Amino acid sequence: MKTTSLMAFAAAMLLSTAAHAQISDGVIKIGVMNDMSGTYADLAGPGSVLAARMAVEDFGAAAKGLKVEILGADHQNKPDIGSNVVRTWIDVDKVDVIVDVPTSSVALAVNEIVREKNKVFLISGAAASNLTGDKCSPNTVHWTYDTWALANGTGNAIVKTGGDSWFFLTADYAFGHALERDTEAVVLKNGGKVVGKVRHPFPGTDFSSFLLQAQTSKAKIIGLANAGADTTNAIKQASEFGIVAGGQNLAGLLVFLTDVHSLGLKTAQGLIFTEAWYWDMNDTNRAFAAKFSAANKGVHPSMVHAGVYSAVTHYLKAVADLKSDADGKAVVAKMKATPTDDKLMGKGEIRADGRKIHPMYLFEVKKPEESKKPWDYYKLRATIPADQAFRPLAEGKCPLVTN
Amino acid sequence: MFEIFGIPSQALFGQLLLGLINGSFYALLSLGLAVIFGMLNIINFTHGAQYMMGAFVAWFLLQHFGLGYWWSLVIVPIVVGFTGVVVERLFLQRLYKLDHLYGLLLTFGLALIIQGVFRNYFGSSGLPYQMPQSLTGGQNLGFMFLPNYRVWVIVFSLTICLTTWFVIERTRLGANLRAATENPTLVRAFGINVPRMITLTYGFGVGLAALAGVMAAPIYNVNPLMGADLIIVVFAVVVIGGMGSIMGAIVTGFTLGIVEGLTKVFFPEASNTVIFVIMAIVLLIRPAGLFGRTA
Repeated sequence: MKTTSLMAFAAAMLLSTAAHAQISDGVIKIGVMNDMSGTYADLAGPGSVLAARMAVEDFGAAAKGLKVEILGADHQNKPDIGSNVVRTWIDVDKVDVIVDVPTSSVALAVNEIVREKNKVFLISGAAASNLTGDKCSPNTVHWTYDTWALANGTGNAIVKTGGDSWFFLTADYAFGHALERDTEAVVLKNGGKVVGKVRHPFPGTDFSSFLLQAQTSKAKIIGLANAGADTTNAIKQASEFGIVAGGQNLAGLLVFLTDVHSLGLKTAQGLIFTEAWYWDMNDTNRAFAAKFSAANKGVHPSMVHAGVYSAVTHYLKAVADLKSDADGKAVVAKMKATPTDDKLMGKGEIRADGRKIHPMYLFEVKKPEESKKPWDYYKLRATIPADQAFRPLAEGKCPLVTN
Repeated sequence: MFEIFGIPSQALFGQLLLGLINGSFYALLSLGLAVIFGMLNIINFTHGAQYMMGAFVAWFLLQHFGLGYWWSLVIVPIVVGFTGVVVERLFLQRLYKLDHLYGLLLTFGLALIIQGVFRNYFGSSGLPYQMPQSLTGGQNLGFMFLPNYRVWVIVFSLTICLTTWFVIERTRLGANLRAATENPTLVRAFGINVPRMITLTYGFGVGLAALAGVMAAPIYNVNPLMGADLIIVVFAVVVIGGMGSIMGAIVTGFTLGIVEGLTKVFFPEASNTVIFVIMAIVLLIRPAGLFGRTA
């Protein structure tokens, strides 16, 4: 009898230690996965790993007794490769949190794996608003921006200044479709119309034939629902084909700092688009950019990098408070319960559907003569307040909210 | 204006013309590949990387020496062609006696290394390259706006293609070259330095790739992967035309440009795939390609 109760006591002790598992394997493993070598490598890529590392340093993880390890991997923009990496990371390498993952098709696949394995998924690079809509997950936080926010910011501004007929040039995969859908909704809501659309293979090189179709459509605005080299190629060729000179305007729906850098101001000037963060907005951002670019061959941080920094910071805060990283759902619940506050993206919150809420900014690309220093590319046109920047909770049809 | 399958004819003319322009890039690139394969029996997978190097060297000349587009057209093929000569001397000449597969693997590996190095130094999002002032603007043809630069591309590329064909098929130099691939020992007996001729031929093929790179720089994004995106299509063009057939490469390049252009109108989603569908069909019916000679 005595031995039995002793055994039971021992078992209970073991169980309780298991329940308070602190940090699984004694180390918090952060897996940064993105396009390390292809078209999105500059706007995310190794820079995101760097941003995560800076977040860990600034958080003072070591001083707080947390051991953090960062891994990086290349998903080559292919959902199958991305899924394999994430499965290996979680099953073999015991990774606790997956970060960044641009390319919405890959992010949607990873979203399901992370939910199934009960880990944490912090999205900075991917855009499809489905990730907090019909595909929302209790393990996922969509951090930096999404297609709805881009459409809302850029679409509204353009329709309201007279650009009321649109032709879409859309990358033929999950992200392009989502961006086109969300922008079309904004255009229609504001009384505009969509006169045509064409879906181009991803990645593409020559857009002249699609641009010609856009030209014959007589739409006032050609909406570029694509990203990276696709967008820069399309903009470059549009200027060659006299699209803008002919009275039509381009709307780059997703343009990153690195895209503007690659286009050069002469070609990119006047473009209007929405972003979540810009390095030259205040002293803190500038200091971050200086440190970041020094370690990144002079390339300045994009909003995706800032988002990774901000997301990792908040994640570490939640894990430090919980003293555990074992239960992904619990960590995300803790992250949602705590208001976000970090030096790059300021104060904000995470909604029940996993959407991180903060202001968005409408930028215009400077003219070459307005640019005073390297990487001085944007001027602020408008700030979209946090409560208007993202899709209202009820409209997303996220099962986490309706149930 | 009349309509064809619901597409206004004027849009269709425009697309045909654009297809022809893209076709001239395919033709120029596949020409280099065909020359190299026809004369050296090497499947040059580095071709895309060499095309990319062409664009980058043009950017470099403008950025650091202030040498514009016209200078680049002359200097870049020589510079990049010279790197080709080095590659041939160091590596390729050791492989001629082996199976095609070795050359393919070597050049594929080289392409990955070159792209990796460029990505490491220049990033992946690309560099700006402005069009020369004299070629900006365009003509309004009524059915479309045709940029002057594209006209230049088509004329220049056609000239280069036909000249190359003429030199190889119709001159004494070309005859020597073809003889050297058929029977090197015999040609050497006539006092012709065959290895040097082969080296220069490879350099020439590489120079053609670099030339296409310079022509692409003002209109396409100059980035380390620009060649990787294109090379697969170009290989399909060469296979359809018949490996090693020079006229085959030129004609197929232009034709497939047009086919791809039309696909972009009627079924844009398939425009990446259509060339490979054609390739599969051609391989089934004529395994040696449309213009290839069966061995």
